[in-house]
This record gives sequence, C-alpha cells and structure tokens, in this order.
Amino acid sequence: MKKEKFKLSRILVLYIPLAVYFIFLLFPFYWTFVTSIKPEKELYSSLVTYWPNNTTLASYKKLFLNFNFLKPMTNSLLVAAVTTIVSLTVSLLAAYAFSRYRFKGRKLFMTLFLTNNMFPTVLLLIPLYAIMRNLGILYTPMALVLSYTTFTIPFSIWLLNGYLNALPRSLEEAAMIDGASRTQAFLKIIFPILLPCIVATGAYVFMTAWNEYTFAVMFTNEASRTIPVTLKNLIGQLGVEWGMLTAGGIITIIPVCIMFFFAQKRLTEGLTAGAVKG
Amino acid sequence: MQRKKINVWPYLLISPALIIIFTVVFVPAVNAILMSFQNYDLRRPKSIGFIGLDNYLAVLHDPLFWQSLWKTVQWVVLGVGFQFVFGFGLALLLNKKFFGRGIARSVSLIPWVTPGVLIGLMWRWIYDGNYGVLNDILLKFGIISEKIPFLAQQATAFPAVIVTIIWQGIPFFALMILAGLQGIPGELYDAADVDGANGFQKLFRITIPSLKNIIFITTMLRIIWVANSVDIIFNLTEGGPAYSTQTLSVFVFNKGNSLNLGYASTMSIMLTLVLLLVAILYLKNIFKNQEE
Repeated sequence: MKKEKFKLSRILVLYIPLAVYFIFLLFPFYWTFVTSIKPEKELYSSLVTYWPNNTTLASYKKLFLNFNFLKPMTNSLLVAAVTTIVSLTVSLLAAYAFSRYRFKGRKLFMTLFLTNNMFPTVLLLIPLYAIMRNLGILYTPMALVLSYTTFTIPFSIWLLNGYLNALPRSLEEAAMIDGASRTQAFLKIIFPILLPCIVATGAYVFMTAWNEYTFAVMFTNEASRTIPVTLKNLIGQLGVEWGMLTAGGIITIIPVCIMFFFAQKRLTEGLTAGAVKG
Repeated sequence: MQRKKINVWPYLLISPALIIIFTVVFVPAVNAILMSFQNYDLRRPKSIGFIGLDNYLAVLHDPLFWQSLWKTVQWVVLGVGFQFVFGFGLALLLNKKFFGRGIARSVSLIPWVTPGVLIGLMWRWIYDGNYGVLNDILLKFGIISEKIPFLAQQATAFPAVIVTIIWQGIPFFALMILAGLQGIPGELYDAADVDGANGFQKLFRITIPSLKNIIFITTMLRIIWVANSVDIIFNLTEGGPAYSTQTLSVFVFNKGNSLNLGYASTMSIMLTLVLLLVAILYLKNIFKNQEE
C-alpha cells in the first residue's frame, strides 16, 4: 500500500479546482432543493438563508393538491415510455442491418439517418404541426411520440450500430453453422449480450423524451401537457411561485437522475466509442 | 456464394425506421421549403399562395434577422468555446486519481441530463433581481453595491444566458475528452518524462494532438445542438430584453407562435443553411472513421 501523502501542490492543482467545479455545477440543484422546502415567508424575505430556518413540504403538497401535478407526470411517463419502445424497436432492426449486412445504398441510407440530427427543431416544428393536424393526432400523446422519433431514432441507430459493430460476427456465424437461422442466432445469442446496451440506449431516449419542451409546447393542450410545459406554464398563471416551481423541478429530475446512474457506464461507452477510435 | 441475388433482408429491416423518418423529417423539411416560397400567414388564410423569393428578400432586409444571426454566432462561439475550455479542464482533473473519483465522474454529468426548461427556471431564480442568490453572494463579497436585475437589463442578460449554456455544456465535453484521455497510451508520457518535458509541453505536444479527433467531433455536435437550442433561452428571457438574447432559433420559435409561418419557415431554412457547413464537416469525419 502506498502511503497517502498530502502535498500542498496536490491540494492546489487538484482539490481546490475540483471543489470550484463541483460547487459551480451542483449549486443550482442545491439551491433549487433548498428553495422547494422553504416556507413562503422565508422565500421572499430580504434576508437570504442558505439553509432554511424552518423546512416545510408545503410547496410539494400545493403542487399535487392544487395543481394536480400528477396529470402531467403521467402524460410525460406515457409519452417517454412509448417513445422509448417505438424508437428502440425500429432502431434495433435498422442498426442490425447496417452492422451485419453489406447492401447497395447502405452508405446513402446511413447518411439519411445521420443527417437528421442536423435539422434544426424549429425547421420541422411548423410543418409537423400541419402534418399532425391532418393525421388527426394533434394534442394526443402520439403527436409527441412521432415528433420525438425525429431525433431519437437517428441517435439510437448510431449508438446501437456502434455496440453491434463491437460484437464479432463469429458469434452468430458459429450458431448459424450449427443450423440456427439468423433470427434464432440474433434472439439467442446477440440479444442477451446486447441487452445492457439496449437498456442504456433506452434510458437515453427516455430522458430526452421526458425533458423535451419545444415540440411539447406546440403539440399538446390542457389534457396532454407534459411536465416541462406545465412547469413553464406555472410561471405564466400566477406570477412566479418559486416554491412550487422548484418543487416541480426536483420531482422532474429525480427519475432522470436514477435512470442516468444506471445507464451511465454503457451510455458513456457508446457515446465515446465512435469518436475515440480515430 | 449468394452474392449474385439481391438480399431483401437489410431493406426490410431498415424500412420501419425509414418510413417513420421519411414521414416526420423529410416530408416536413420539404414542406418547410415549399412554405418558404409562399405567403403563408394563418391570420390571413385567404391570401395564402406562392410569392417566389419575396420571403427571402424580406428576411434579408429584416434588421432583426441580422441581429439574431449575429447573436447566434456570439452564442455559439462564446458558449461552445468556454464549454470546451472548462470541459477540458474538468476532464484533466477527473483523469487524476483521487478518492471518490467514480462518483465524481457520474455526478458531474447531471447538468447534461437536466431538462432545458428546468435549467432555465433554476438559473432564472438564481439571477432574480429581488430575491436571487447571485445578488446576495455578490453583495456579501462586496463585488457589487446594489442588486442587479441580471435578466432584465440588456447589458447583463446576454452574459447571463451564456453562463447558463456553458454550465450545461461543460459535462458533455468533459465526458468525451475524458474518454479520449483514457485512450492515450501512458508510454507517451513516460517517454516525454525521459526527455525532460514539462507539463505544458506534454499538454500541447501529446495530449491535445492525440485528442484532435474527439475534440473535433464533440465541438461539431455541440455547435449544432447549441445553435438549435430554444428551451434554455426561452425559459430564461424569451429572447428579451429588447431582443438582446434572441438567437435565430428563438426568433423562429417566436415567429412560429405569431402564425406567420411562411416567414418563420424562411428563417429556419436560413439557419439550416448556416449549419449545413458544420454538418458536412461532421459527417465527413464520421464516415472517415466508419471506413477504418
């Protein structure tokens, strides 16, 4: 075992800069949390307290009882879950094709999918509104699911393609020599190995759908509103009630954080794999 | 070998994704192009019709367009620039060995997964002119002598939104660069030590050149994302005060809400054209890597 040596230089070049970074990165969350548990009187007093003198869950109660925050939460959950399932299914099929087959137009189709990330959201926003209206799905969760696939499908294909390319072809080829069909080889061999990567990709899709605002504000109404739109609307309705807003913020970010910590390792690998290679 | 006959499987496998993307991306994109040549104002539905390049001429003569374009350039250059610098710094720190490093790496990424609306709200509350904590901190340290309404005055609103986007983007840069750092073989540094190189020489001769590719890809991705982002600015300032924080994306978003769709489409196409250059560079690089 090496003996830990506390050298001054180590404190100066490592611990102090790290502390500054983490205070900057995490303070907004701390402040949001502290605000959400402050009583109203303390919130709007001239004396700013860095930890509340009295803590209260009043803001959370108000959010659920007076504003029925559960409704946007269920809406968000539904949209994010369906987006995840749809995106994963179609992306996995496409990624498998790109990874395991060499076919005419492969490069062209890959370019088609990759360029999607380049289209500004605002370019698609207006025509998509018209298309959703014509399809009769405007203001339904389906409108959001479809518009989210504009960025979740290309991204999932890119990630899954990377994961698949890292698995040697000999894996399935061995099974196919033993008489398994390609489908069987995929389901029995590739799918189980790939599962953690699929989960990580799904977590990423879920998070983006859960967080999205620009499409959601245009394609939802009172009944189908998701959390980000509701949070923004809370400002307009009653001036600004920071206690409730921050409480809503904390509730929004908890599921995202939990998912992220589970998926983080694989997701990081997938995101950086393509870029690091060169 | 079955090389001769065309295998339909790959085409079948990509078709569901292709059909969806065709419907929700390519059809709308073509529609946007068509709309940009029309007088398409939902407030005057009777006068909808093709007007050639009039929208484009109007956009080019719109001082607000040029102002927003200039804001977009500043937003991207300053935003992404500082994200890179501070993200690089954080990656270098997180690459060192210290107690709790694993947790620190995960936790540092939280701003990146936070919803844009929430980022807007959190920082709006921090910047608040009456009860904001930033004013309190600056007053306590004696940096300012009276409270500043950061988001309500032109001089401070733009720097304030820039700080927010930097905060959001540091983690992604740090994540990507950290992955790159872990891929640099340690022997390179050992060899440099033998040759008596100092820290700066190692940074500029070994670290940065090895990370060239990852820095390039990350920067391109961030430029596109930052240029397209609407939710953070919109939830901080809605583009104000007096358009001082209105980038092109926010401008188009505001215009779309005002129902003048032809004009809004024209502007979004101009934005797309500006970003196209970035996109082409990015794609070229991706394919270069794919072929290897």
